[in-house]
Amino acid sequence: MITLRFVRFLEGRGLVFLALVAALVLLVPVCNLLVPPGSPFHVPTGMVVLLGKYLCYAMLAIGLDLVWGYCGILSLGHGAFFALGGYAMGMYLMRQIGTRGVYGHPVLPDFMVFLNWKELPWFWHGFDMFPYALLMVLLVPGLLAFVFGWLAFRSRVTGVYLSIISQALTYALLLAFFRNDMGFGGNNGLTDFKDILGFPVQAQGTRVALFVITGLALIGTFLLARMIVTSTYGKVLVAIRDAESRTRFIGYRVEYFKLVVFTLSAMIAGLAGALYVPQIGIINPSEFQPTNSIEAIVWVAVGGRGTLVGAALGAVVVNALKTVFTTGFLAPYWLFALGGLFILVTIALPRGLVGLAGDIFARFGGAGRGPTRAEAGQTP
Amino acid sequence: MNPPSSHAVTGAILYLDGVSVSFDGFRALNSLSFTLEPGEMRAVIGPNGAGKTTMMDVITGKTRPDDGDVLFRQGTIDLTRHDEAAIAELGIGRKFQKPTVFESHSVADNVLLALKGPRDPLSALFGARNRIPAARIDAVLERVRLQEHRRRLAGELSHGQKQWLEIAMLLAQDPSLLLVDEPVAGMTDAETEATAELLKDINRDHSVIVVEHDMGFVRALGCRVMCLHEGAVLAEGSIDAVASNPRVIEVYLGR
Repeated sequence: MITLRFVRFLEGRGLVFLALVAALVLLVPVCNLLVPPGSPFHVPTGMVVLLGKYLCYAMLAIGLDLVWGYCGILSLGHGAFFALGGYAMGMYLMRQIGTRGVYGHPVLPDFMVFLNWKELPWFWHGFDMFPYALLMVLLVPGLLAFVFGWLAFRSRVTGVYLSIISQALTYALLLAFFRNDMGFGGNNGLTDFKDILGFPVQAQGTRVALFVITGLALIGTFLLARMIVTSTYGKVLVAIRDAESRTRFIGYRVEYFKLVVFTLSAMIAGLAGALYVPQIGIINPSEFQPTNSIEAIVWVAVGGRGTLVGAALGAVVVNALKTVFTTGFLAPYWLFALGGLFILVTIALPRGLVGLAGDIFARFGGAGRGPTRAEAGQTP
Repeated sequence: MNPPSSHAVTGAILYLDGVSVSFDGFRALNSLSFTLEPGEMRAVIGPNGAGKTTMMDVITGKTRPDDGDVLFRQGTIDLTRHDEAAIAELGIGRKFQKPTVFESHSVADNVLLALKGPRDPLSALFGARNRIPAARIDAVLERVRLQEHRRRLAGELSHGQKQWLEIAMLLAQDPSLLLVDEPVAGMTDAETEATAELLKDINRDHSVIVVEHDMGFVRALGCRVMCLHEGAVLAEGSIDAVASNPRVIEVYLGR
């Protein structure tokens, strides 16, 4: 009974998606740790890190899809929440370095010694404790999103205006984090991490473990998001996206609904950023670049807006393309390819890859279906 | 929530006194005053720009009047102090001129979202709104004869069906006052007739204001008629009295 309800809750696409992620979580460690390097089934550690990065992006995409695909809030600043989560994790990792830094200071990270700082700024306190850092990973992006959303949604800032101020938000943070006296390592950011929870971050075993944790976090995020969009709450979000003032005239407090989903989405982005940093080994202000946030929008559009699976799939596909394009002779053309992809999807595939897959499946007599119009509304 | 002390308590469900609204110097409402008794149905006619839609905007909290009183429920509630969502919760439902239903939701979900009950995020996420029995939705759809369409997407409905779905959503809200803006625009004669019957039926337990240009339809409603012109009431009375008023003929009906 329960299994059957679970299957219906996920629908076909969701089931395939979960099975895929679960398979990755199970097989990648085996293929990396147990299969010998000579074997064609061996997955090199570099590939594990790359896949882990894609899964972090997939989490960010699911969070973004909740606000954009379902509620119509085109946030062009979600990279900021991702970066803030990353910085919170980076601060924990910096505190774990201890005396192993270049200057060997027991408390202060290298860049603070370099700047001649004598003591730890107040906001760095507590980051030596993992649970505190984890709390901040969720709380800092969540709080920023809450305050931003409170101001914006209550004043009924919508559409392109909201997009622009969300873009300004991430740009302002970019400039602020570039400054040395902000206390976050300025231009260089935070790097040279040594260990996480006592395990060396560079070690093969730690990298595999981080990948597995990211995979599980992605599954958890997906289930949470799925629960939200299948509840009446999700229906209200779509109602707001398609006819905001109508929703208000029925008696819904649109601003509260937006605020809750926006804050939650920022927390998901923060968690994704926190998982990203130990795998990549660095966090610096460039993560706040507006282009990062815009790229995330492209992932969601390519995969299929308003379908959680599509958003996650889009993140992986576009980033895989980016990896191919930015290594080797194609490197100068990546931004053209990205722009072209966005235009192509907008014009030819408004429901994204998932919509295309659904159409193909339906044509060949399958029982599956693409996203309904409920999932891929036409409003910008 | 306190009744403004300057007014004697009115028995009217809706009471407008001296309501004025200007947009960039254009007076959309010019000291508009009228009352609606509980259980009454009122048809509002008037030329374009007479202030019909602005009047509805003021009553539903979309537009704040520059001047005047807008009181609800025997003068106990000052509507100018509330926003759209609060006014909807107080019991005023509105159907728009252009049918606005949630096109990417099924017909049943449109009604589900509209049904009376708690509307906070929490109850939508885990609470009462996820456990609404289908029978409650069907009962509403039956009244507008859309029950066979319950699974269809609202966007796939015909124009007339969308109008009815929007009326169904109003019914689901169960407001004490319904504001209905041009319900029969774009409807066939048969549909128009059915809508008149439906509104008369709804009027048995709700107060209703209907804005409509179709004089045949207004006549079929058989209620008091009010003609607006330049943001104020030009004439009010039975359909025959208003239709034969020389000023109404001059500005609206034509000779």
